[in-house]
Amino acid sequence: MKTNDVIMQFTAKLVFFIIFFFAVHLFFAGHYTPGGGFVGGLVTASAIVLLIIAFDLKTVQTILPINYINMVAIGLILALGTAAFSMFTGKPFFTHYYDYFNLPILGKTSLHTAALFDLGVYLVVVGVTMTIIQTIGEDE
Amino acid sequence: MEIVMAFVCGFLFMAAVYLILSRSLLRIIIGTGLLSHGAHLLILTMGSFKGTVPPVLSDGVTDFADPLPQALILTAIVISFGVTAFFLVLAYRAYSELKTDDMSLMRGSEENE
Amino acid sequence: MSNFLLLPIIIPFFFAMLLLFGQKNIAYQRITTLLGLVISIICAIGLVSNVYMDGPQTVTLGNWPAPFGITMMGDMVASVLMLTTLVISLFIVWYGFGSIGKEREQFFYYPGIMFIITGVNGAFTTGDIFNLFVFFEVLLMASYLLIVLGGEKAQLRESIKYILVNVISSALFVVAVAYLYSVVGTLSMADISLKIAEINQPGIITVIAVLFLLVFGMKAAIFPLYFWLPSAYSAPPIPVLALFGALLTKVGVYAITRTYTLFFTHDLSYTHELLLILAVVTIIAGCIGALAHFDVKQIIIYNIIIAVGVILFGVAQMNEVALQGAFVYLIHDMIIKAALFMLIGIVIYVTGTSNLRKMGGLIQTYPTLGWFFLIAGFGLVGVPPLSGFVGKLLIIQGGFIAGNTWSTLVVLASSIIVLLSVMRIFIYAFWGEQGQLSTDVQKRKYNRMFIPTMLLVILSIFYGIGAEWLNPFMSDAAKILMDPSIYTDAVMKGGE
Repeated sequence: MKTNDVIMQFTAKLVFFIIFFFAVHLFFAGHYTPGGGFVGGLVTASAIVLLIIAFDLKTVQTILPINYINMVAIGLILALGTAAFSMFTGKPFFTHYYDYFNLPILGKTSLHTAALFDLGVYLVVVGVTMTIIQTIGEDE
Repeated sequence: MEIVMAFVCGFLFMAAVYLILSRSLLRIIIGTGLLSHGAHLLILTMGSFKGTVPPVLSDGVTDFADPLPQALILTAIVISFGVTAFFLVLAYRAYSELKTDDMSLMRGSEENE
Repeated sequence: MSNFLLLPIIIPFFFAMLLLFGQKNIAYQRITTLLGLVISIICAIGLVSNVYMDGPQTVTLGNWPAPFGITMMGDMVASVLMLTTLVISLFIVWYGFGSIGKEREQFFYYPGIMFIITGVNGAFTTGDIFNLFVFFEVLLMASYLLIVLGGEKAQLRESIKYILVNVISSALFVVAVAYLYSVVGTLSMADISLKIAEINQPGIITVIAVLFLLVFGMKAAIFPLYFWLPSAYSAPPIPVLALFGALLTKVGVYAITRTYTLFFTHDLSYTHELLLILAVVTIIAGCIGALAHFDVKQIIIYNIIIAVGVILFGVAQMNEVALQGAFVYLIHDMIIKAALFMLIGIVIYVTGTSNLRKMGGLIQTYPTLGWFFLIAGFGLVGVPPLSGFVGKLLIIQGGFIAGNTWSTLVVLASSIIVLLSVMRIFIYAFWGEQGQLSTDVQKRKYNRMFIPTMLLVILSIFYGIGAEWLNPFMSDAAKILMDPSIYTDAVMKGGE
């Protein structure tokens, strides 16, 4: 059955970006305030799910040709790499580093290796969620 | 507040046990979700529940909540999210393969098939 | 501070990630897995020798001071268990090359194994009770994947029950940790031990002890909680079954051992008496199951339950002799169970059935298989000088020292039942009239399965004969189990 869902598709295209940027905001907010990689990843996944609902799985796979399993693996390697980095400098595993930098537009910002770890978590969460949704959604 | 929380935890566990004992696979999965919610709420209550107080120690703050239970809950939520998602996929696969979601029809071992 | 002790956990984890790439390339998957395991084994051997030379190693993650950060603790117990886990996994992976099948190899079989090793090794090493929960979940998630891998009907059906049981026990684990945290206000296992000793274990701690016994007992399959094990373990293919049978219940046993020797040591007349009774009933229940079944898989699966009972019986005695026995027997049981599952896997492969009544006369066609099965069976029972003997001897001796004469006699008698159950397999499958034989046995595939099995049985023989040489390691482990202050000192002073 083919339904006419022009409004849905048009809105989804717009709302996808709003949700996605909100996810990015949540991800960076997670440093000092509520938020972080896990929530950001879930919100991003929900944005992609919205696209899947509005269009269908095949279309979305052509728009975003991402292998989500590899995404999980890259995320895990990033997280483990950040944690293991301190092993090479003789500090205990998982020791984080941070410092304050004066960046051009943002002004004085603290850069923290925990953000890299969180990026790994973000990729893992998006990857796992999308893998699961694709697995259920694939066979109609 | 602890008393209320104790009742809420108890109610969540009760509902979870009721759902887990039912036959339908989907109800069982919802039951496991409620069970982990109950457990998470219990950690929150056990780590000296203080309502709206933030778990951050900084200058001028004298009243703060214990941050550790919140970190534990976050970890436990992530884990239960993963397990529930996996369980749902498995339930779907089992349903399409076995053509039933009734647990009473899924008993038995190789011999009496 | 020594990051080295983390390597047997991190390396399998890292290789698991590498294995997530290139699913379809079987050669890449196999070589990467073997490489990862061999490197981890070298690190684990290094760790054992380090611990032997310098005493327990600790590292507190994130450079936090000791009772606040997550401590990883590599003592003799943990490092020897890690080494055993890795060695057994290497043999099982090797065995799996011949028997697991292409579809599974292309669908996350190897990453699953590496993740399960990560979880198991992490659970052995961690010195933080909540981190123990996290590593339990890592190994459980991997085991969910492995148990359902292949998607046969029986697997789907049994894995649902397996996951449900484990989800409930995980929720109870969280509850138990929450209660413990509300009483002692810390999660570091060393700190918990000190705090409980300070308040002299009031009644509430004893309640929590029983709750922990319930949680870990569900994973270790002790008496009233083993109901899920026989049917769940009969579903997956043999290499996965061998991995589960050798490792997963043992993690539960280790967790009971650790908590009951480190935390709850002040009300022995209640907690350890309960453990003793449950252990004896577990042995009896396992014996009944092992004799009742005519399915080779089920017989060995019920032998897991008997072994869990024997090890926990040793732990319940709470003296150094019995604890050393329990530890020696734990390592023995991991090796010999893996070997036995691999052997019956071959028997099932060459006969095409797992029903004992249909087998017979295999000794004519496969004499070496028969004799190796006999050796492994005797090893399981504990015929001297094979591997089960020393552990069981020490456990029995410890039981008499503690004055539990009758229950010790039950453990002794259970050896005869174990002997009967494995001899039944030997007599039915290898003696008598020629029974059913599978028609498509390929010599190459048979050899691929048989060589690792043979080597593992030989390893178990050396474990038995070399008991004298291994004694310093084992008594070191028993000392740590017996005296919590070695553990707590290592953690509290290691962070400085």
